[in-house]
Amino acid sequence: MDTQKFVIRQISIFSENRPGRLAAIAHALGEEKINILAFSIAEANGFGVVRALVDHPERAHDKLLSLGFNVAFTDVIAVRMKDQPGGLYEVAKILGDAGVNIEYSYAYSGKEGAVLILRVDQVEEAIKKIKNSGATLLERSVFH
Amino acid sequence: MFWDKKIETLKPDELQELQLKRLKKTLGLVQHVDFYRKLLSGAGVKTSSIKTLDDIQKIPFTKKQDLRDGYPFGFFAVPMKKIVRIHTTSGTTGKPTVVGYTQKDLDTWADLIARNMTMVGIGKDDIFQNMVNYGMFTGGLGFHYGAEKIGMAVIPSATGNTKRQIEMIMDFGVTTIHCTPSYAMHLSEIAEEMGATLDSLRTGIFGAEPWSESVRQTLEKRLGVTAYDSYGLSELFGPGVAFECPERDGLHIWHDSFFVEIIDPKTGERVSDGERGELVVTPLVKEAMPLLRYRTGDITVKMEDGCLCGRGQKIARITGRSDDMLVIRGINVFPSQVEHVLLKIPEVGNQFMVYIDRINHLDEMTVDVEINREYFSGELADLARLQKKVVKELRDALELRTTVKLVEPGSLPRFEGKAKRVIDRREAI
Repeated sequence: MDTQKFVIRQISIFSENRPGRLAAIAHALGEEKINILAFSIAEANGFGVVRALVDHPERAHDKLLSLGFNVAFTDVIAVRMKDQPGGLYEVAKILGDAGVNIEYSYAYSGKEGAVLILRVDQVEEAIKKIKNSGATLLERSVFH
Repeated sequence: MFWDKKIETLKPDELQELQLKRLKKTLGLVQHVDFYRKLLSGAGVKTSSIKTLDDIQKIPFTKKQDLRDGYPFGFFAVPMKKIVRIHTTSGTTGKPTVVGYTQKDLDTWADLIARNMTMVGIGKDDIFQNMVNYGMFTGGLGFHYGAEKIGMAVIPSATGNTKRQIEMIMDFGVTTIHCTPSYAMHLSEIAEEMGATLDSLRTGIFGAEPWSESVRQTLEKRLGVTAYDSYGLSELFGPGVAFECPERDGLHIWHDSFFVEIIDPKTGERVSDGERGELVVTPLVKEAMPLLRYRTGDITVKMEDGCLCGRGQKIARITGRSDDMLVIRGINVFPSQVEHVLLKIPEVGNQFMVYIDRINHLDEMTVDVEINREYFSGELADLARLQKKVVKELRDALELRTTVKLVEPGSLPRFEGKAKRVIDRREAI
């Protein structure tokens, strides 16, 4: 199975925890006509990491880098969930049963249902298990 | 009250005679130290060239950096079998400054502390709680042995657990405390919260960091003590070098044990009495680690008026430093130490800013440091680990808890010429 087509490139941006930082990131992406498909902010002691799925990750990366931001790519996967009670449980159980750890996750609910973005410790294993269970993984081409 | 009235009230001519005798003896002792043999021969100074006290000006200064360069035992003038104690103070580049003591040094030191405490009326009947660090910091053991020598009941409570400290003061009927002025402020607040009145307290000895007259008034009111300023530095044994008498108008520095000069820190020339300058001390009674014309970095002034108590010439309370050393919770910190630590951690940049605040009367140091672009993995957990690592490395090097803030690369100010990396936001005290 070609698992690679399911590996999605998330951009992760280091940000100090102070007013205006998210606006600066969003403004830069807007200027480049880059669309943000999903995003989340994780915060720790005085700083945070902005995580985003965008339609043009390379361009987003270069633009943010040129502005002095600290940017890295992170591999994540995206699973379609039923947008109804128990939807998240189904996906989480598959991974839990397979011994795959979810490091973090965020979700969005779009036109075609809900999507769960997952950062896991074993990407290949997670992709295989999810495929075998019959759940739907979104291909990279859906995003970029 | 006097611990040693004769020596504490020596007439000027007798004092000078004693100082000259002890200076000559010290010149003999330093011959066992390579650094001094070279320093003196380089300056063309022989023991016989020192005929009067003024001749001391022929001798070049000793700087803190010289002591660091001698790490670890380069300044010891006696064989190791005669050394009975080693203390260290933090250095600027990771290596501390080492000070050694013979048994005679420890006796001399305890005697000086006993002089100070007796001078302010503390005696055998007093119960003394010593609330400073008992480790490598000289303030703990220094006061401990001095107070025991007087015959006081000494409680080596050290630092931390403020509630327990307050309970002991109340339960044991403590009359005298020693700590940093900032810790005393903190203690007074906690005592207030606990509703503890601390009725038994009478005397507070505060030192290791500069403090103002308004802090004195606040501490005296809140703790019900008479507050005295204590001055010393590890290179000169530790605390006990100078101390306030009951007049509390300047500090008596013990001229029989320390030869005092005040110099212009830029030119190295002596200033006249009444002019501010850097305190330079030649200890006259040290055995394990004799020093000549040691530049303390502390700014003070020789006071011209005599003192009602009958002791010798006073120096004004220390108001600042001639170098970039910071005193944070009583611990000496040089900005270069922070730089040295950061250089060893590749995941962060070499630019940094240090902010010092006083929060609840305690000094807090915050270090802003840029994360290194190449090491950014995109994972929050890696950043949190890095933050902890920097905190730990700083704590190991400075013996001080700090707050570390990771900031974006390129966001800290760059300096051309002299960097101003330290912002001290503590109110002037």
